[in-house]
Amino acid sequence: MDNFVNDEGYFGAYGGAFIPEILHPNVKHLQNNYLQIINSEDFKTELKDLLKNYVGRPSPLYHAKRLSELYKTNIYLKREDLNHTGSHKINNALGQILLAKKLGKTRIIAETGAGQHGVATATAAALFGMKCIVYMGEIDMQRQAPNVKRMQMLGTEVIPALSGSKTLKDAINEAMRDWINNSKDTYYLIGSVMGPHPYPDLVGRLQAIISEELLTQVEEETGKAYPDYIIACVGGGSNATGVFYHFINNDKVKLICAEAAGQGIESGFSAATTHLGSVGILHGFKTIIMQTKDGQIEETHSISAGLDYPGIGPLLADLKDKNKCSFIPITDEEAIKAGFLLSQKEGIIPALESAHALAILDKMQFNIDENIIINISGRGDKDLETYFKYL
Amino acid sequence: MENRIDVVKNKKNILSVYFTAGYPSLNDTETIIKLLEENGADMIEVGIPFSDPTADGPTIQESTNKAIENGMSLQLLFNQLKSLRQYSNIPILLMGYFNVIYQFGVENFIENCKKTGIDGTIIPDLPLNEYNKDYKRLFEENNIYNIFFISPETNIDRIKEIDNASKGFIYVLSASQTTGKNISESKSIETYLTHLKSLNLSNPFLVGFGISNKQSFDYVCQYANGAIIGSAFVKAIAKGNLEESIKNFVNNIKKV
Repeated sequence: MDNFVNDEGYFGAYGGAFIPEILHPNVKHLQNNYLQIINSEDFKTELKDLLKNYVGRPSPLYHAKRLSELYKTNIYLKREDLNHTGSHKINNALGQILLAKKLGKTRIIAETGAGQHGVATATAAALFGMKCIVYMGEIDMQRQAPNVKRMQMLGTEVIPALSGSKTLKDAINEAMRDWINNSKDTYYLIGSVMGPHPYPDLVGRLQAIISEELLTQVEEETGKAYPDYIIACVGGGSNATGVFYHFINNDKVKLICAEAAGQGIESGFSAATTHLGSVGILHGFKTIIMQTKDGQIEETHSISAGLDYPGIGPLLADLKDKNKCSFIPITDEEAIKAGFLLSQKEGIIPALESAHALAILDKMQFNIDENIIINISGRGDKDLETYFKYL
Repeated sequence: MENRIDVVKNKKNILSVYFTAGYPSLNDTETIIKLLEENGADMIEVGIPFSDPTADGPTIQESTNKAIENGMSLQLLFNQLKSLRQYSNIPILLMGYFNVIYQFGVENFIENCKKTGIDGTIIPDLPLNEYNKDYKRLFEENNIYNIFFISPETNIDRIKEIDNASKGFIYVLSASQTTGKNISESKSIETYLTHLKSLNLSNPFLVGFGISNKQSFDYVCQYANGAIIGSAFVKAIAKGNLEESIKNFVNNIKKV
């Protein structure tokens, strides 16, 4: 497997571990042990079994024929929405909970935006009999109410983050405070490719199963060794990192990230980090973040709670610098439209996050002989309330 | 020129007080510094507000939010402190999260610190390795002391590493927690502080996080050169007359 991160936790100019000294022993311990643990045979065997028999992997690569016809190209959907719990987040949650167990931790904390990572973590914690607390922005708790109930039903305590914009960023702040106050027994199960080293690398490796499966699926479905394009939505960037991972060093594959433009890039209500952001340090790592000239973090907006984050993973920031990945802003409205289109053309209701990736189809020109993979990172059940407003 | 931290660091019962710049009102900075010095505080930490203070509890979070709302920024803080050394001789440190300093430009920041007469910095999310790699020279050339932390979980090798890298003093966390929670005078904190004292570190240490009143101040001063009070002070000046509340606060801690 390719190694994108250096020993100090940097992907090019981004990453690192900007943590208070209190967390140093904890993070250092994780840095020193994560690779050895996740590469060990018994870890790999146990995770592989869970991914197959509990999650239902491999997730299919589905040739969306009616959508392909409409756009006059070949569109394939990587169906992470069919995973147990309804999104790609479970890949990471199960991997990290196994890691937490091996590190001797007994209490799990997590942050969640859309609630998908919260549900995945609550599920994994229930499966392993571990105590679990999930922090969620108060606004996200309202707009993703069914996921709050799901977590509670799974035995997890959901604590509202009441500060700042009351969304994902603030949930992370609260989770980090909890971690500082309980560093001995608690494992912080971060849901995206963010946070201090080694989290971006760890989460990227655990999500890399998505592109690992593609290595054989693409050949089977298309007859070619690799696709021409891979498209994914980006909030923090875990599904994008996972679906790109094994193709990052293949220059023939074009990688496209759909960013949440919210009400439009210039509207002041946006989460298009790479278009509006600059280099800074937030949540323990250096990356591109949305901030004022004084270095205060800006409140973001997206119709999709999972993309409502002012930063992006350090690997993706590095790929952007190196022009290996393009970032295209998608507005709330465009995402909704793409969500309805997939529902009515293919009978698949995508999560609002994934709908951003689908909206790229209207933004680019593809040839009739090209193969496009779009990562359907999650299913739309949690977003029905929002979709219904547009019926 | 001598760093003012060196003048006081070996005293006993050092009281270092933290407040958030721009709180309770935007232009209180100079007044608070003058009143703290007049009433007998030994050192001052001026907080640079940041929107996402992850190591802080509710009191300091609220004060930083309010300060940002009031319009506080690092540039404005330096403007407010322009004539600092005409009226004050107390050691002053700036404390804040790294992103604000990074956006300001670290070189620009240090230049302004030097010009203003700032003696040190405390940057909770700038760990030792990142500091050493990119910024150590800059700070040292300008005689600005960057203060590092030790927590009860810090192992002995790391303590020695931090002691070697430190100038001025070491900021010892009373417990592994965010700011604003009261310490408990337990066996474990006594053991921890006694152990630290027995190591005969080359730097004196001040204890912070959870020191809120005379009792906890006196308690930790048995083991350390002094203590840092933040949240309790921020709470004390939230309402009412600054002159009165600061006088009462410092006198209450310092009375013999």
